[in-house]
Order: sequence, then structure tokens, then C-alpha cells
Amino acid sequence: MSILEGQGVTKYFGGLAAVSNVDFHVDQGEIVGLIGPNGAGKTTLFGLISAAVIPNSGTIRFKGENITSLKPHQICKKGLARTFQSVKVFSDMSVLNNVTLGAHFGRLQRVSEARATDEAARLLEFVGLTGKAKVQAKDLTLANQKLLEVARALATKPEVLLLDEIMAGLNSTEITQAMELVSKIRAQGITIFMIEHVMKAIMSVCDRIMVLDHGKKIAEGTPQEVATSKTVVEVYLGE
Amino acid sequence: MNWRSLALKSFLLPGVVLLIVLIIMAALPSFGSKYSIIFLSTIFMYIVLTTGWVMFSGPTRQISLATAVFFGIGIYVAAILGMHLPLVVMVLVSGLISSVMALMVGGLTLRLKGVYFTIFTFGLLELIKNLINWYEVTFTGTRGRFVVVVNNNTIYLYMLAITGLTLLTAFLIRRSKYGLALQSIGEQEEAAAHIGINVTVMKVSIFAISAFFMGAAGAVMATRWTYIDPFMAFNMNYSFTPVLMAIFGGVGQLGGVVIGAIIFAYLEQILITQYPYYYMLLFGLVMVISMLFLPNGLAGMVQKWRARTVGGGNVHS
Repeated sequence: MSILEGQGVTKYFGGLAAVSNVDFHVDQGEIVGLIGPNGAGKTTLFGLISAAVIPNSGTIRFKGENITSLKPHQICKKGLARTFQSVKVFSDMSVLNNVTLGAHFGRLQRVSEARATDEAARLLEFVGLTGKAKVQAKDLTLANQKLLEVARALATKPEVLLLDEIMAGLNSTEITQAMELVSKIRAQGITIFMIEHVMKAIMSVCDRIMVLDHGKKIAEGTPQEVATSKTVVEVYLGE
Repeated sequence: MNWRSLALKSFLLPGVVLLIVLIIMAALPSFGSKYSIIFLSTIFMYIVLTTGWVMFSGPTRQISLATAVFFGIGIYVAAILGMHLPLVVMVLVSGLISSVMALMVGGLTLRLKGVYFTIFTFGLLELIKNLINWYEVTFTGTRGRFVVVVNNNTIYLYMLAITGLTLLTAFLIRRSKYGLALQSIGEQEEAAAHIGINVTVMKVSIFAISAFFMGAAGAVMATRWTYIDPFMAFNMNYSFTPVLMAIFGGVGQLGGVVIGAIIFAYLEQILITQYPYYYMLLFGLVMVISMLFLPNGLAGMVQKWRARTVGGGNVHS
């Protein structure tokens, strides 16, 4: 059964259809990639799933339940967390507190102070930020801020994690580390839906890939199928 | 266990000092002069208003100018109910009515961002002031009201209690996960919502809690003035002064806020009595100088100085 699915999801910004009648599904335990040229509507689709953006029509279901009319904090408490394309860390707060907040307000109820801190420390180790716990989030490099967002999202104990371009702006070593991290997260039983421009990463890490262009889904399949699809090649390289 | 002894050390000493200060303060009416009792009540009022303002506006970074609204509501509740209710009940009712007002206003407007929210709260002050004035003139025929008289020592003790409770509440919230959540809302509201924080409930709640103390303070202070009218009760200075005091003291730390309120109140008193004609001029000058040289307030300056002399601290780790 699909853990996350959408039917006819549509969002207009003014007259422009940012996301137009898109159907999608993500199965339990999968890593699904979402690719497409700039302005294809990828981040908008993530916004629609996480309720940051309200759809004009269509329904989104999480574990069979319609979550289309919920608020962002309710979606999070259901077990669906996200990171942001343009990082949104709490910059004047310590790295540790950024993650602790996720543990306090996410899916778990009434977490003790000590347990939230332990959990946050464990997650910082998991993403590789152990030494930075006391640093203010604004003093981290962009790559580390992205890792911090991942740790903060994981602290809410999600079943599905939406990763919005966590590899953009990273060097090749960092990209390799990020790819390992994605696999490690899946190994914990968390389903991943990720937007990425780094083709090397998306092709090797994903089970399935969806391609958006001008708000429409134009292709879907295994990395192999997508890479050889004529429409996808046309969209990316021109005819 | 190491944690425990550390916590004990860092809480025990300040706790004992605070307790002694509190006992001396509470005993002051038996040996202090009448002037000091009255003056300290005024300082308490400013501490409550400033701390209340910082409770909400500090972490969320949404500048509220509604302080005078909640303070004024307390004053009016005292004027209307003061003759019929015991003082304690009247003060509690004033706080509660201010809180309810904050809940309604907050629920309607906290979606407003930045300057729009600020302007709205300022507009609210003018609206309520003029609405009550209109009501009084049209229906009661007199603009002002007399307030039940309470002796200075009682006023002092009530204000001391309210100040203590306000500071305790602010301290506890700051240390809790809710304090952290409020700060996260101020920094990145969208991200805060996506990690499960109910942003609206959080903001409206803290707005209402802070309004409770403002209203309670208003009710007690009203009894000192014995006669009030809408323009006294809803004076915009009660909205602006706490903001200035908080900025002067430093919004980041409660100690700074309190010191800011005390110094400002003292300064105001000195300037008004010694230089009544130059009062506003000097006041403005002090404000400009502190803005230029103390961008993070007194608390910020102390922190900077400490970091420099001790050579450590976690200011810029």
C-alpha cells in the first residue's frame, strides 16, 4: 500500500499552474526522487504535501487518511517531516536546541527534557554534527545547515521524510556523504521522497524517479527507465 | 549526579539572595519612607509592563503596542468593580479580562506580520480609548470615574507580589521548551510549524499570559490615582515606555529587562522633578545615546565586557 499518495493535485499561482493535475504515490520503505527543470513545480509539490501551500484541487493521502485540509504542525505530528530548499534553521539558537525542539514538538508527546536532549545528541551524531552541538546554527556552513535540517526533521520521528535539495551547493565529498546519509535514513525504516538536481546522486540512491515539467508529471519509472526516456531527455537537453 | 550538583550550585545561591531581597522588600512598609513606598510601586509597575512586553515580543519579534490596552482594561475594571469586590478578587478579575481581550485580539490578528501587527495594536489602543470615551460621555454623562481608595502600603505589597509572579512566570517560560518554541517562531515561523509547533496557539497563549499581568498591574495602580478617565487609562506612553525600557536594558535577558525598567523609571523621576522643562529633551538624548552605543542594551554590554575580560564565555563560540 502507498504510504503517501496524491490524486489530481493542482495549484495555481495567479494564472500559472505551478502544479497541474499531478498523481503520485510513494510506497513504504521506498526512496523516490523528484526531478525536473527549474520552475517545474517540485518545491511547490512538497509545499502542497506538507500543507505549507493549500491546493486548488486534488487530494493528498497519508497512510490512507486524507490530510489535504490539515495544518503544517498537524501534518508533522502525523509523521511527515520535511527540509527546506532555502535553509530555515533557527539561526540564533544552538545546533543542539534546533534538534531538541523537533523532539519536543514532533510526533512524540510529553518528552522529558533529558530524553529530548539525548535524542537530539544521538541525531547530531547520526548526521555527523556531533562536535557542533553548542555552536549557533548561523555559524555553520551551508552544507552543515542542511544536515542540521535533516537532523531536526528526523527528531520529529517521521515515517516519511521530504528532502528538498539537500545536496545543492555541496562539493563532491559532501555529496557522497549525503548519499550515504540518505541510505542510512532509509535503513531506519523511514520512507524518503527527495528533490535533487545532482543526477549522480539521484540515479544511484533512488528506487524510483518522477519527472515534473511545467507543473505536469511527464515521466516516472526506475532510474534506468527515466534516464533513457525520450521525453525526459528532450526536456532536459532540448530536442 | 554532576548535573545535579551543578544545578544546585547555580540555583541555590541566586535563590537564597532573591529570597532575602524579597523578604526585605516585603518588610519595607514597616520601616521605609512614604516616598520610597510610592516610588517603588511605580518601578514595580514598569517592571511588570516591560517584562510582560518582553514575554511576548522578545522571542516572537512581533512588536506589540497593546500594552496600554491591557493595562487600561485593568484600570477600568478596577474603576467599575472596585467598590463591589474585595481587592484580591478585583485584581484577578482585571487580569482575566485583559487575558480574554488578548485572546480575542491575538486570535484575530497574530496572523498579521511585522509592521502590520504593530500598527494594528496601536490602532486598537486608540479605538478602545475613544470607544470608552464615547460611551462615558453618551451614557454616563461624565468622562471620568472615581476608583476605590487603597492605602499606599497595600498597593506596594500587591505590586510587589505581581512583579514577583510576572518575573517567575517569565523565567519559567524562558527555561521551558515553550520558551525555545517561541524563539523558533520568531526566527523561522514556517520551519517552526513544520516541526510540529502550533504557531498560532503558542503566540496567542503567551500574548494572553502577558496581558494577565498587565491587567492586574493596571487594577492596582488605578487605586492609587483615585480618579481616572479614558485618556489617562489608555495613555500611549504605557505602550511605548516598556518598549524603550526593554531595549535599553536588553531584551535578551530578564535581568537586563528589570535593570532597564528600574534605571528608566528612576531617570524619569529625577528628570521630571529636577528639570521639568528639559525632561523630554534629556530623556530623548539618553535614548539616542543608548541606541547608538548599546545596541543590545545594558545586558548586551555586560555580556560583551565579560567575554572580553574572562576571555571565554559562549557569546561567539
